[in-house]
Amino acid sequence: MTLPLYDDGVASGLLAGVLFGYVLESAGFASPLKLTAQFRFSDWSVFKVMFTAIIVAAIGLYATIAAGLMPANGVFIPTNYFWAMLTGGALVGAGMAVGGYCPGTSAVGLASGRLDSLFFMLGMVLGTGLFAGVFDSIKDFYLAAPGPEAQTLSDLFGVPTWAVLAVLMVVAIAGFALGTWFERRHGGALTAEQLNGGGPRTRTQRRA
Amino acid sequence: MHATIRPYWPPLIAGIALGLALLMTFLLTGHGLGASGFFTRLTAWFGGELARPTTEANAYLGPFIKAAVNPLANWISWEIVGVMLGALLAALTSGRFRLKLDGATNLSGPGRIAFAIGGGILTGFGARLARGCTSGIGLSGGAPLAVAAFVFLIGFFIAGIVISYFVRRAWA
Repeated sequence: MTLPLYDDGVASGLLAGVLFGYVLESAGFASPLKLTAQFRFSDWSVFKVMFTAIIVAAIGLYATIAAGLMPANGVFIPTNYFWAMLTGGALVGAGMAVGGYCPGTSAVGLASGRLDSLFFMLGMVLGTGLFAGVFDSIKDFYLAAPGPEAQTLSDLFGVPTWAVLAVLMVVAIAGFALGTWFERRHGGALTAEQLNGGGPRTRTQRRA
Repeated sequence: MHATIRPYWPPLIAGIALGLALLMTFLLTGHGLGASGFFTRLTAWFGGELARPTTEANAYLGPFIKAAVNPLANWISWEIVGVMLGALLAALTSGRFRLKLDGATNLSGPGRIAFAIGGGILTGFGARLARGCTSGIGLSGGAPLAVAAFVFLIGFFIAGIVISYFVRRAWA
């Protein structure tokens, strides 16, 4: 059997989405307070979950290719356009700091009853429309500093994929330790009880 | 009813589960998970309904509606429907479903709404510039170790931390 299956059907979308949404809600990512607490260093769940997920999926893709089940160019790899990626990432980060969500977590927030996420979605439609409106005048910026097509960290640094994975794992372990240290100083990561009308929040958590 | 609130999964467990879901999506479809693509298509759909000639003439949104196909007829729309179903299921079965205006804790209702819309505008614009969002570029570009994903994530975390500092009185 050759992977991937390139199945873009309805069932495939629903299955991927249900798993994605179930896990994000279970991680606490329906709560804009928990999401933005990452940027205040009081709750490192966003970093921990994202970095772990990237490493797990990266190892899985690497193993699938190494086992000969999938060609190396089998999956989509975005091409870097340095300034657009950096600025776009910064705007998405700023948007989360102000509005409390990113696009995926706004859908998770809405499904768990957070009505503010509807307004965030309205803002995203307006922001997308604004981008389309000025697209012609920012096109040079949009396409500036293109990297090699589908460039990976392994290509960039000229090292094998397993070495990149090993470095990422070290970064993840250091990040987990650092994050947990920060969380302890702030009275612990935000719990489901605190964020869903459970017990009162402690003074340290209110300060967080 | 507060006693029935189940705790969140530990981040390591949630991260492994998310990584496996992402891996499965790659093996099934050849691409990762996303979200902002749906809102782009939603914008194109609104544009097509409200101002068709302008939207058709637009260099960015035009291609989404030109083919006389509904721009929402796409894998990403079903994925977002799935995300909402999955999140709803998780929230209901864990006692974490709350119908409320969440958001910038220290602001009143209108303030929270203004912050949500403002943040959404920044995110909508930024996700188009980066050709994807935290899911589509950060996670799904990160898994195949794309340079683009790590550039995105550096911008995301730095700007998030800086802007968070400026709005700390609204949120903290």
